[in-house]
Amino acid sequence: MKLKEKIIELILQFFASITILTTVGIIAVLLFESITFFRSVSIIDFFTDTQWTPLYSEKHFGILALVSGTVLTSVIAISVALPIGLTIAIYLNMYASKEFKKTLKPFLEILAAVPTVVYGFFALSIVTPFLQSIYPNLETFNSLSAGIVMGIMIIPFVSSLSEDALSAVPKSLKEASFGMGATKFQTAFKVMVPAASSGITVSVILAISRAIGETMIVAIAAGQQATFTFNPTVPIQTITSYIVQVSMGDAPQGSIEYRTIFAAGLTLFVFTFILNSFSFYIKKKYQEKYE
Amino acid sequence: MTTTTKNRKIEKIPQENILDNASKISIKEMDIWYGAFHAIKEVSMKINPNTVTAFIGPSGCGKSTFLRLFNRMNDYIESFHFDGKIKIDGKNIYGKKTNIEELRKKVGMVFQKPNPFPKSIFENVAYGLRIQGIKDKKIIAERVENSLKQVALWEEVKNDLKKSALALSGGQQQRLCIARTLAVQPSVILMDEPTSALDPISTASIEDLIFKLKEKYTIIIVTHNMQQASRISDYTAFFYMGNLVEYNKTELIFTKPEKKQTENYISGKFG
Repeated sequence: MKLKEKIIELILQFFASITILTTVGIIAVLLFESITFFRSVSIIDFFTDTQWTPLYSEKHFGILALVSGTVLTSVIAISVALPIGLTIAIYLNMYASKEFKKTLKPFLEILAAVPTVVYGFFALSIVTPFLQSIYPNLETFNSLSAGIVMGIMIIPFVSSLSEDALSAVPKSLKEASFGMGATKFQTAFKVMVPAASSGITVSVILAISRAIGETMIVAIAAGQQATFTFNPTVPIQTITSYIVQVSMGDAPQGSIEYRTIFAAGLTLFVFTFILNSFSFYIKKKYQEKYE
Repeated sequence: MTTTTKNRKIEKIPQENILDNASKISIKEMDIWYGAFHAIKEVSMKINPNTVTAFIGPSGCGKSTFLRLFNRMNDYIESFHFDGKIKIDGKNIYGKKTNIEELRKKVGMVFQKPNPFPKSIFENVAYGLRIQGIKDKKIIAERVENSLKQVALWEEVKNDLKKSALALSGGQQQRLCIARTLAVQPSVILMDEPTSALDPISTASIEDLIFKLKEKYTIIIVTHNMQQASRISDYTAFFYMGNLVEYNKTELIFTKPEKKQTENYISGKFG
């Protein structure tokens, strides 16, 4: 009997460790291939050059061109998702009836469940033409419409997690504010949001992290042109869409073009790793506050 | 007060006659329901200005529900509905024209557990002024100082006004919450078991404070602690199962209760 228990425990342990092993494996491959890459490309050029042209005859390896595209689309996305997501969270928490809240939440969650390729198509064929009708100089591929649509996609991250954070604020604070003659609006912005600020920050960071890693929307709607620019109306390329481009093309394995995707991938990984660790740290601090 | 009581025949005093002044709050035939639950049953009472009135009774007797009627805190409970009249300063507070925010500035509330905002000590007291749109820094600083002095907290915190209110002790936090309420300059203060989460020393300081505050304010306090009710209140109302069983001068309630139920409760036979 005891032996049987022990075997079961070992099997469970094995499956649990698969996830850790996978992560370790991915990091190892990224590191290994990147080290090989940096043997032939100067790490200083990699971080300071503003041109990224590994697939052309005159090769430049300035990751900034891809980072700028990634940052640009993510900033646009979060500036759409934060105000809308937070407004929804406040509405659900302070104004909506229980019934309405129950109906609206699943609908919001559907936003996150729409396949991203659909969003990409939506950005390219509906949002871009619409924006062009307002601003005709907008190019067909641009970071603006990709960023906006990505922002819509990540609204549920912000609204859902922020609403959780608002719900976690002790009811007594809401009552104290109402009891002093504050309106719902004043209570929301002067008491609830500040008290839930750490949770809201976590929701924003996770949403940004999701936006940075998003691939399909930017690959379809933002273009495939690595340009160091912060102009939202021209084609750009993000780290993710570059990786897609090379992975689908025919860069021979072991070539320098092939290795760029690992260097780019490592950069992306470092970004999201830092963001996730930061949100983890805030979450931990925030839990201590209310326990 | 004591002399008038002595001269009176204390055996049978009609409810109306226990009031010496014009009433601050008057409630007529009030019924409250939560869904189908009948929480308060046809309660009528009048409350004098500048007095302390204690609501006592066992848990679930409806006293807190009744208290929260006075500043409309029950409004947020979806199943809450009522029938009856309640007037403060002669105005129907559930009238169509009633501005809830204005009402709550006049009728402040102190809660069971100290609930300071996660802001600085200063900002906690200034909150009520800021939401009224008062921007003058001098006025705000003055009112914050006065309010903190009124609750005898000023000396303890005057050098730490920028510190988080959450760093204060429980008793200090509760005094801060009272100061926060006073800063808005209400005329009525509702207290829902304000000392139930505090130690005896903090409780004593809050009780002293309540005693002093009645010079300026009308105070209604819900309490489980009968000694507390007898120590600090002028009038006591005993609630049981949603009924107002007895309402009279505190000394009469505690020395010569008219109803058997009241006597049983105050002597600790049930509750």
